[in-house]
Amino acid sequence: MVADIGFGSLMITLIVSIYGLGAAYYGQQNRKELWVLSAKRAMSLVFPLLTISVGSLIYLLLTDHFEIVYVTEVSSRSMPDYLKITALWGGQAGSLLFWSWLLAAFTSAVTLRKWDRDQDFLPWVIIVSLATLIFFLILNVFFENPFIQYWQTPEGIITAFSTPPGGVTIFPRDGGGLNPLLRHPGMIIHPPMQYLGFVAFIIPFSYAMASLITGRSDDRWIQLSRRWTLWAWLFLSLGLVLGARWAYDVLGWGGYWAWDPVEISALMPWLSGTAFLHSVLIQEKRGMFKQLTMVLIILTYNLVIFGTFLTRSGLLSSVHAFSKSAIGPIFLAFISLTLIISLVLLTRRWERLKSREVLTSFFSKEALIIISIVLLLGILVTSFWGVLFPKISEMVTGQKVTVGPPFYERVAAPIFGGMLLIMIICPLAVWSYASFKHLGKLLWKPFIVSMIGIALPLYGGLTHWAAVVAFWLISFVLAVNVFEFFRRTKIRRKNQNDSWGSSLLYILKKNRRAYSAMIIHVAVVLMALGIVGIEFFQTETQGTIPEGGELSLASYTMVFEKLDIFDTDDARNVARATVSVEKDGQIIDVLYPRRDFFYDSNQPMTIPGVRSTLVDDFYVILIDWKTISAEGATFKVYHNPLVKWLWIGAWIFIFGVVAATWPDKKTKLVPVRAK
Amino acid sequence: MKKILLWAGLVFLLLVLVVGLIRSQQGQVGIGEVAPDFELISFSGETYQISDFRGKVIVVNFWASWCEACKPEAADLEAAYKFYEPRGDVLFLGVDYVDTEPEALAYLEEFKITYPNGPDLRTRISQAFRITGVPETFIINQDGIIAHVQIGPFRSLEEIKSTIDPLLDL
Amino acid sequence: MTNRLRRILQLLTVTLLLSAIIPGYAMAQGSEPTDDEVNAIAKQLYCPVCENISLDACGTAACEQWRNIIREKLKEGWTEDEIKTYFVDQYGDRVMAEPPRRGFNWLVYIVPLLVFIIGIILLYRAFQIWRSPEPEIISKKNSKKSADKSTDEYINRVEEELRKRSKG
Repeated sequence: MVADIGFGSLMITLIVSIYGLGAAYYGQQNRKELWVLSAKRAMSLVFPLLTISVGSLIYLLLTDHFEIVYVTEVSSRSMPDYLKITALWGGQAGSLLFWSWLLAAFTSAVTLRKWDRDQDFLPWVIIVSLATLIFFLILNVFFENPFIQYWQTPEGIITAFSTPPGGVTIFPRDGGGLNPLLRHPGMIIHPPMQYLGFVAFIIPFSYAMASLITGRSDDRWIQLSRRWTLWAWLFLSLGLVLGARWAYDVLGWGGYWAWDPVEISALMPWLSGTAFLHSVLIQEKRGMFKQLTMVLIILTYNLVIFGTFLTRSGLLSSVHAFSKSAIGPIFLAFISLTLIISLVLLTRRWERLKSREVLTSFFSKEALIIISIVLLLGILVTSFWGVLFPKISEMVTGQKVTVGPPFYERVAAPIFGGMLLIMIICPLAVWSYASFKHLGKLLWKPFIVSMIGIALPLYGGLTHWAAVVAFWLISFVLAVNVFEFFRRTKIRRKNQNDSWGSSLLYILKKNRRAYSAMIIHVAVVLMALGIVGIEFFQTETQGTIPEGGELSLASYTMVFEKLDIFDTDDARNVARATVSVEKDGQIIDVLYPRRDFFYDSNQPMTIPGVRSTLVDDFYVILIDWKTISAEGATFKVYHNPLVKWLWIGAWIFIFGVVAATWPDKKTKLVPVRAK
Repeated sequence: MKKILLWAGLVFLLLVLVVGLIRSQQGQVGIGEVAPDFELISFSGETYQISDFRGKVIVVNFWASWCEACKPEAADLEAAYKFYEPRGDVLFLGVDYVDTEPEALAYLEEFKITYPNGPDLRTRISQAFRITGVPETFIINQDGIIAHVQIGPFRSLEEIKSTIDPLLDL
Repeated sequence: MTNRLRRILQLLTVTLLLSAIIPGYAMAQGSEPTDDEVNAIAKQLYCPVCENISLDACGTAACEQWRNIIREKLKEGWTEDEIKTYFVDQYGDRVMAEPPRRGFNWLVYIVPLLVFIIGIILLYRAFQIWRSPEPEIISKKNSKKSADKSTDEYINRVEEELRKRSKG
């Protein structure tokens, strides 16, 4: 019954979307505003309608309706309720429905704004958004229906939505449950955040398409989509960071990023999205690079679709990928369509987007942003090639190869170093102008301070030259930003005879965008600090020890005090080790690494015990593929210096982006094309 | 000029994706297809080239010592081998997939397997047959054509015989 | 016994005693490799079956067997390169973390390099173009579209003015 409601609502949403698309197109072609208005109303309905579908599926999950195939695949009786809800996105069909639902949230939300001034955008925004939604709904309705059931027929057991001839519903007693790796708080927030980041880019994309189709060459579409872009970028960045955090917490290899093809598919739209964000900045300030901005948003949107295609089509294998599915071919058709259409539009309007502005200096803000965009695209192109190459190699030579972390790190590390270099100059650079004298005056004091960044590591005995350079760059960027804050506050204070506090508040409010950007860059640099720490200086050790035994690593010693093995009431068998951490003979912490074995899915998972400080993380895992007993348990220990700064930087990053999106008091006036 | 490059790049990308997708959906070599020719060097050092055995029925069984599902059929395969051995026109070959030699030899010892077995060096053979897991067995007829594909273990000695007998007109 | 014989016997005894006292030279190869030594090599290899997982992090029984192979080979005195070559011969190129640099695989390294160089060249040329205003706007093919263009240019100019005034 509930499944019928859920699927019915899904179907209705599809029909309403198709109607909306048709109505918008008809209304636009024949200049009949009422049709466009009707299409807008239709588009505002898709979110409530899909909410019914999603609600139904959640209900079925929570009430253990195992006759529904999806529920059996991802849920089980012993799972706690919050995990049953997250199981909504635990498998292919449900996560596609979840994706459509989030997409619908954005498309419906965009109908809520006042459209009076931008009537010529509206039909095209509706058409592009609904076209995308329709594609994903088709996937759900015809290929990956989350509401299909098990039926016992004379031929055997089949799965279908409606009753087959001679079919009787089967009610399995229990399901297989979520993969243990997914039974973690990370599952609650990482996929939703990641999907939000992906789907949110449909809004700037549809505005861009609307602008291209209507032949405009002005900035209106950017102004309209600016806040959407920032939020999309925030969600996407958060999705990546949360994924990294989850990997660090649960996967047990003491790392946070494996350059796995699916991870890279999520990174690529972020790279072009970041480039897009910065290019938008130049276009708004100086009217330049409109072509580039358009290219970048088209690239970002297509990379999102491409990324989800790679993950779901079975083309790649990875720990992340969903199991093979029939949706591959139709996905490929959709990507081809979006790529071809956006490229055709772009090439037809290419000349119109040319600007007459000139670049006045290599060290102006525009020039620096262009260079950073090129660097970001450099990583993007390399990653794209690295992901595709194994398939190409297999096709041409028949040999399977792995393109792994060394390949990507070799390229990403120097490029990120280059970006740090740019981040040193960019808070000081001005639009359309630069002079070495001016920059030099502002740079010499932070430069002196940044020497600490070389002196300290060298004093501490560091010899790895790349790490020293990285530390120096990081301290330089931090120093430049701090000095800039001080300098501007001081000027304001001098001019107004104000206190430090109110001066600071004033300049923060007056040029919020610039300061949020500085905060965001500082946050990124702090994250770089964490990354440098763990990438260059991680050490590890592994050993099998009995109770009372110990392992030493990097001036710490862990002692295996005791082992407890017990069953929990949510169908897990837990082996928990009590481990004390000593330094210089003193016990400084007690950790509890454990191994959970899930009876319903017959799979284990390990949770490390971690002691995390600003200086380093001491990370202990109980190895679950060897016997765990008091006589001997195998531990793997990692020492990860500075990695906490990665997460601290991420928090500051969120703060910076939220500050950037905070609404302005005044709204800006812009000319509207006369009809 | 740039336009041509752009479109060429796009076409190339789509081509790669299409071919890649087709391949990933392909599945194993099927009944009726010509069996891929390969060379197997057994653990005891003998070389077997499939094309040399035209005129015989060849049973190619992919297994691994770490494969739990392979164990039920191991004894049956040996029994089938022993059954057809006096005739001399059925060849049994075991291809050890991505395995380690000590464990493989121990497995063969445990199930007392006497027909030739060898490692799938560089996974060439399994790639040629496009297997998706172990155990999988391919029965090749006297003309070198795939006559039967068994995904998963054989359930009984009778089942094995039922796939080979028709080829020998039994 | 002759002096010579005694001498020889003495020499033999001393040698025997010495070889009993000085331990390990013959036994060095037989010592059990530590987990860390095994992992140092396993880290650089990838699981032949499950994709994109390095051999030291993989928890399957098969991976445990492969790590034991590394352990055995280390015990026998194989070098790291010899062990890696063995794995490639047994399981193919995909166990390496990067495609081996030969034949077709060169493309994976060369293409990004080429793109990078092309990118730098394009950037340089773009900077040249951007630094000097384009004379071509008026000439060539777009005379038909000049009507549209002038409206766009008008809008652009108005926007520039407003930009200059509103942004602070």
